[in-house]
Amino acid sequence: MPIITYREALNHALREEMTRDERVLIFGEDVVAYGGAYGVTSGLVNDFGDKRVMDTPIAEGGIGGAAVGAAMGGLRPVAELMTINFALLASDAIINHAAKVLHMFGGQMSVPVVFRMTGGGGAQLASTHSQSLEVLFAHVPGLKVVTPATPADAKGLLKSAIRDNNPVLFIEHALLYRVRGEVPEGEYLIPLGQAEVKREGKDITLVAYSRMALVALEAADRLSQEGIEAEVVDLKTLRPLDMETVLTSVRKTNRAVTVEETWRTYGIGAEIASRIQEEAFDYLDAPIHRVAGVEVPLPYAKNLEQAAIPDAGRVVEAVKQLFVRTGV
Amino acid sequence: MEASTVAKIAGPGLDKKTLLNFLHQMLLIRKFEDKSGELYARGKIAGFLHLYNGQEASAVGAISTLAEHDLLITHYRDHGYAIARGLDLNRCMAELLGKATGIVKGHGGSMHFFDVSLGMLGGWAIVAGHLPLAVGLGLASNYLGKQQVVLCVFGDGATNNGYFHEALNMAKLWKVPVVFLCENNLYGMGTAVHRASATLEMSRKAAPHGIPAQRVDGMDVLAVREATTKAVEHARRGDGPFFLEVLTYRFRGHSMADPILYRDKAEVEEWKQRDPIVIFRQRLEKEGLLSPQEMEQIERETDELVVEAVRFAEESPDPPLTDLYKDIYADP
Ligand SMILES: Cc1ncc(C[n+]2csc(CCOP(=O)(O)OP(=O)(O)O)c2C)c(N)n1
Repeated sequence: MPIITYREALNHALREEMTRDERVLIFGEDVVAYGGAYGVTSGLVNDFGDKRVMDTPIAEGGIGGAAVGAAMGGLRPVAELMTINFALLASDAIINHAAKVLHMFGGQMSVPVVFRMTGGGGAQLASTHSQSLEVLFAHVPGLKVVTPATPADAKGLLKSAIRDNNPVLFIEHALLYRVRGEVPEGEYLIPLGQAEVKREGKDITLVAYSRMALVALEAADRLSQEGIEAEVVDLKTLRPLDMETVLTSVRKTNRAVTVEETWRTYGIGAEIASRIQEEAFDYLDAPIHRVAGVEVPLPYAKNLEQAAIPDAGRVVEAVKQLFVRTGV
Repeated sequence: MEASTVAKIAGPGLDKKTLLNFLHQMLLIRKFEDKSGELYARGKIAGFLHLYNGQEASAVGAISTLAEHDLLITHYRDHGYAIARGLDLNRCMAELLGKATGIVKGHGGSMHFFDVSLGMLGGWAIVAGHLPLAVGLGLASNYLGKQQVVLCVFGDGATNNGYFHEALNMAKLWKVPVVFLCENNLYGMGTAVHRASATLEMSRKAAPHGIPAQRVDGMDVLAVREATTKAVEHARRGDGPFFLEVLTYRFRGHSMADPILYRDKAEVEEWKQRDPIVIFRQRLEKEGLLSPQEMEQIERETDELVVEAVRFAEESPDPPLTDLYKDIYADP
């Protein structure tokens, strides 16, 4: 299998979907000549022309609304909002409108739109440019929220997102664009709403998504050297949430630690832990632990930023503590 | 003889039947609204109910210029546009009563009328939020070569919002076939237009974006029709967006929850002298186009339609509880 970057994988997904379906078009800030703030749309205008790859003004509300309207008008727009921080300005179009059309208008029309954006911290961009706000959107019925961790997932999930008839937030991680990985040749799709066991293990389940799935995998490798075999579940899609895969794993390992980059309070880990407790309480040998971002606006200084975002070391610590506490 | 009389009133393209139909539609809207207000007072209709009384000439005049395949998108004061566009009156009333037969199955209520088969795409309750949607609809029309004109309706209050300017700028950049129709009824809830807008002429707000604009008397259905005809032609030709400011007045409160403490009675009375229905009716009578018998018939027909709508709505079942979980997600 060819090894390409996460960025290239996304670019390939866009290219393939635009080739397959004339109704797919891209618009957003600097997606044409600049090739997208993170280079994902690079070169697309050469192949598809400026009718299908369009720059917009720096007007996220306008972009968000126009994307919803274009989808209602029969297109399948992929709107790039640069980063999730700026998606806040488009949140009216996303939350108040895109998520509501199908239900509020009595099932007459769905909104097949993809909002692409970068999320996450770690690039020393300070607090307004480093947020992991996926929970905000994953909270909303009517939206789908996708958070790929690897190049292969990025491609297969983006292709599915574009074909999906619902509004999808596709959240790429700022630190993953240059990560390389094997990507199957030819066309393939990864279904939305399906988690994946990325590493098998028998002693504990680590539940993570986006870049934290890679952090969890690294932690699992380290734990393995100490004799603890961790199973890593990558959620891949936050809404709809695939609890079955998580529960199956926890029923096998009897322990769980959640790993997320975003703040702990009201976070994904809180949701996962609660659902495990509701549905697999009898299988648990230990309380569920949450590893999450420190609850502060993300600082610029390198050491402070690093201290705020979970890394493999913190995951290893959390897991070991669990085993110590439960006396294994 | 009759043809030339008609020509006098409105120029070519308008026969007597069409003119009487305008009166019929305006009256139907007025009666639907009055009945809705009554049902609200009796507790049969809940939520926010924004009535359209006084503004009927705008909806009827503007909608009359649209082709069948054109699109319409409006704010929450949407009954008038829905009725003028021909949405099923019974199902509209059923929606107000929250019934299964409602135009959106009881999921939307007053502010969210929608009928895709008639190109009526809402009914949107966030002030100015639907303006960028209209731009997207226009983009789709151009992209797919559909030559659909998008009529986008909103109030004066919406022009002070960032979405307004983002939408107009993008509309001009992308040359989309959108007619922005601003109904300036002089108030946004209780705030008079001069307290919310630094410029009093909404039509001037199109100028910075290079969008041609016109102001029109919104109490005159034919004036609205004439201006909208031009605007729609402009958009249909591929010349991009057009902006219309329709000067009008709402006779009732902002919504049924509004005690209207902020307006002068004299001001309201003055505007009521310009009631678009009364004025149009008198004009038709003066020109010999409306006999007392014809008026009586229009009164009777519109009464019957509203009575039937209420009957239909009241006899309709509530939505089944299983509907609660329906239509959250479309099949992939
Ligand atoms: C974003 C937003 N802010 C506030 C409101 C509450 N609100 C509903 S209608 C309205 C007044 C709008 O006035 P205008 O745009 O002039 O339209 P009109 O009601 O006069 O037709 C307000 C403030 C809202 N629905 N959405």
